[in-house]
Amino acid sequence: MVLELDAKIPEGDLDTLWEKHKFDMKLVNPNNKRKFDVIVVGTGLAGASAAASLAELGYNVKAFTFHDSPRRAHSIAAQGGINAAKNYHGDGDSVFRLFYDTVKGGDYRSREENVYRLAEVSLNIIDQATAQGVPFAREYGGKLDNRSFGGAQVSRTFYARGQTGQQLLLGAYQSLARVVGLGQVEMHTRTEMLDVVVKDGRAVGIVTRNLITGEIESHSAHAVVLATGGYSNVYYLSTNAMACNATAIWRAHRRGAAFANPCYTQIHPTCIPSAEEFQSKLTLMSESLRNDGRIWVSKKAGDDRKANEIPENERDYYLERRYPAFGNLVPRDVASRNAEAMINEGKGVGPLKNGVYLDFADSIKRLGEDTIRERYGNLFEMYERITDENPYEVPMRIYPAPHYTMGGLWVDYHLMTNIPGLYAIGEANFSDHGANRLGASALMQGLADGYFVLPYTIGNYLAPMLGEPLVPTDDVAFTEVESEVTERTNHWLSIKGTRSADYFHRELGKIMIAHCGMSRNEAGLKQALIEIPALYEEFKKDVKVLGSAETFNQSLENVQRVDDYFQLAELMCLDALKREESCGGHCREESQTEDGEALRNDDDFAYVAAWEWTGDPGKAEVTKEPLDFKYVKLSQRSYK
Amino acid sequence: MDLTLQVWRQAGPNAPGRLVDYPAKDISPEMSFLEMLDIVNENLNAQGIEPIAFDHDCREGICGMCGLMINGLAHGPQLGTATCQLHMRKFNDGDTIVIEPWKAAGFPIVRDLAVDRSTFDRIIEAGGFITVPTGSASDANLTLVPKEVAEWSMDAAACIGCGACVAACPNSAAQLFTAAKIAHLSLLPQGQPERWTRVEAMVDKMEEFFGSCTNHGECETACPKEISLDFIALMNKDYMKAKFKNRRLVSQAG
Repeated sequence: MVLELDAKIPEGDLDTLWEKHKFDMKLVNPNNKRKFDVIVVGTGLAGASAAASLAELGYNVKAFTFHDSPRRAHSIAAQGGINAAKNYHGDGDSVFRLFYDTVKGGDYRSREENVYRLAEVSLNIIDQATAQGVPFAREYGGKLDNRSFGGAQVSRTFYARGQTGQQLLLGAYQSLARVVGLGQVEMHTRTEMLDVVVKDGRAVGIVTRNLITGEIESHSAHAVVLATGGYSNVYYLSTNAMACNATAIWRAHRRGAAFANPCYTQIHPTCIPSAEEFQSKLTLMSESLRNDGRIWVSKKAGDDRKANEIPENERDYYLERRYPAFGNLVPRDVASRNAEAMINEGKGVGPLKNGVYLDFADSIKRLGEDTIRERYGNLFEMYERITDENPYEVPMRIYPAPHYTMGGLWVDYHLMTNIPGLYAIGEANFSDHGANRLGASALMQGLADGYFVLPYTIGNYLAPMLGEPLVPTDDVAFTEVESEVTERTNHWLSIKGTRSADYFHRELGKIMIAHCGMSRNEAGLKQALIEIPALYEEFKKDVKVLGSAETFNQSLENVQRVDDYFQLAELMCLDALKREESCGGHCREESQTEDGEALRNDDDFAYVAAWEWTGDPGKAEVTKEPLDFKYVKLSQRSYK
Repeated sequence: MDLTLQVWRQAGPNAPGRLVDYPAKDISPEMSFLEMLDIVNENLNAQGIEPIAFDHDCREGICGMCGLMINGLAHGPQLGTATCQLHMRKFNDGDTIVIEPWKAAGFPIVRDLAVDRSTFDRIIEAGGFITVPTGSASDANLTLVPKEVAEWSMDAAACIGCGACVAACPNSAAQLFTAAKIAHLSLLPQGQPERWTRVEAMVDKMEEFFGSCTNHGECETACPKEISLDFIALMNKDYMKAKFKNRRLVSQAG
């Protein structure tokens, strides 16, 4: 069956489209808003900002997080900054330029209309966050400071030291806390959503598990918003937090929501290389470091000298050499792919030869150690804590790691999935970054969706439903899902196998990074599509989960997430296999230019691949949403 | 490295707890403390013993989810470091390490090493915000903030809400957390309109759950973000002033 996907993009000129559409959409009268219940799952930047904004408007909001507090979501770990086209520095920035950079950075695989709106509301985000008390960096005159980021030739990134995500999340969290305190939001902490409930084709609620008592509960609403983040943890080792998972979006997918571009994952160029097998996660070092750090390896393969012993003329500053215009500030995908190539050539550095140098010696000489400390002090400290090396004295070692997933639930211009009443915002949707996300754009998108898009678009869906009662939670639509969830949860405890879910997750990660990482080829992906189901079968027979379903049981939480990763991993490989072009974050080895750069194929692949659940992830069916570019000229990206 | 762990095990909030010995063998000094616990848990799982429950998430020292008493020290022996950023190279082969949860009346134990810190959320809900409904903000550069003020506010805002300050305090007081939250907002021009109501509401809410501050300073030493004790002085000063200022507001209102 082919899905009916209507992106609902309004007609008109790009620069007035959103403004005009806001007027055209249906409104819910202020006094009627309290007659609608909205569920928001996840309390990161997108979820917290949406829950707070919807509650301020007057809707009854129920918010859910599996953490002990809404302030813990992984948005908190974003370091570098947030983009906005304020042009405070008069260096030629504009909404159109931010839009253009984002579409280009995404390698022409996103919708122009969505991205333009994102660039437009970026202005409001900075105003909102500043008013909330986010302590952005300032110039001496008291005005806001900016830094540069990869993929842009203007300075448009606002930042709060190396903790921008933390500060923006605290801003959104505090706004949420205010409305929780006022009783406008019912906050459910340590509660994990395990399924979506769909009745007569509409999303009518969710089923959750209380992580402390194990109680399975149903919650009914007029609309359900998923703000549950991305799925990089499918690779096991990634920069995501340990608990980040795909369960909410995957379960929604199984209930009929299309999953778009699952293979679009971003491998971030500046992470600390892994030290040994037991490594539980990878730590990101903000990309902003590339502003002042120079990336290099030895010109000689297998060079065992220490960094400081390699003289200047024997170093290869390969990004500056290959891309003189952008140098160390090329987009993430280009930086990552080049690092991988250097390591494959045997030029990797560090004890495991799995990194490249990021060197601050020149900047320290030029700007002084104090300036560098002021800009990156906390990052340098973090690096030293993990590696026991002092980056003021020796170059950092960095290596690409899975970091962000551009793919996600398919949504229309209103951020609604193809299930009416089910929305996906932030990293959980696929909408704005195409095949590669530019640095400092994730915070922007999460907050744009939550503060400035969803609160408008949701009214358009709710307005005609005025007076419709909630589906009661004892309705068979709910009780059926509840018993499925209960059965599935208890099932894991009855397998009594021999190995932990973590073991299987690690093995899955190895397959994924080998065959569905930065470089992909047909043979490898086909191999992965054999290996993943085989490992999955083993997992289902041999996983060992102890304890009970009626207590706080972290192994039980984990095993269900790993189960969902297995299915998603298969879909990612299938999507990657069908995309026979290099684009954005990944290189399809069969599709390269003569000098080894990624070669996009716009004639055959300028589309969004939206996958439909058929009962077997390896046999999912695809619907293609063609991408039409009216304002941006498609060109092979060049950062030379 | 081979180590012996003495770990607090407690089946649930109301169950009795006790320290249980577990060996941790072949531990690499490159491991983080939590990776060491992962290995111990893998082994326990293999032996049919339920793994040790402990809270953790980002493992980058920013989410504030982790927090263990390690040999009686909140977040362990390394200054300015959250548990997840502590590495085994700080310990010696043959060491016995005692691992306990945060122990404070304001943080009831959920299970083993995991505690409930939702009282911190209650303090924020009482006033730890600037009221600014979405869309009502004016252009960001209309509010000038002197660079030093922004930096000082950021020093306070760096708090990760882990609760180490409470755990380290002999009185289980939450002054450092509350003061950091108050200072973050009250130092900024944007935070002035609610400055006096904020401090009063947050301090009063804090006192419902936590002990009183007697200036031991253990909190500052334990804080993984090295939040300064000076913020407590600022909070106390503002709280006192608020008692007059807020009264004046009340009288003006008639």
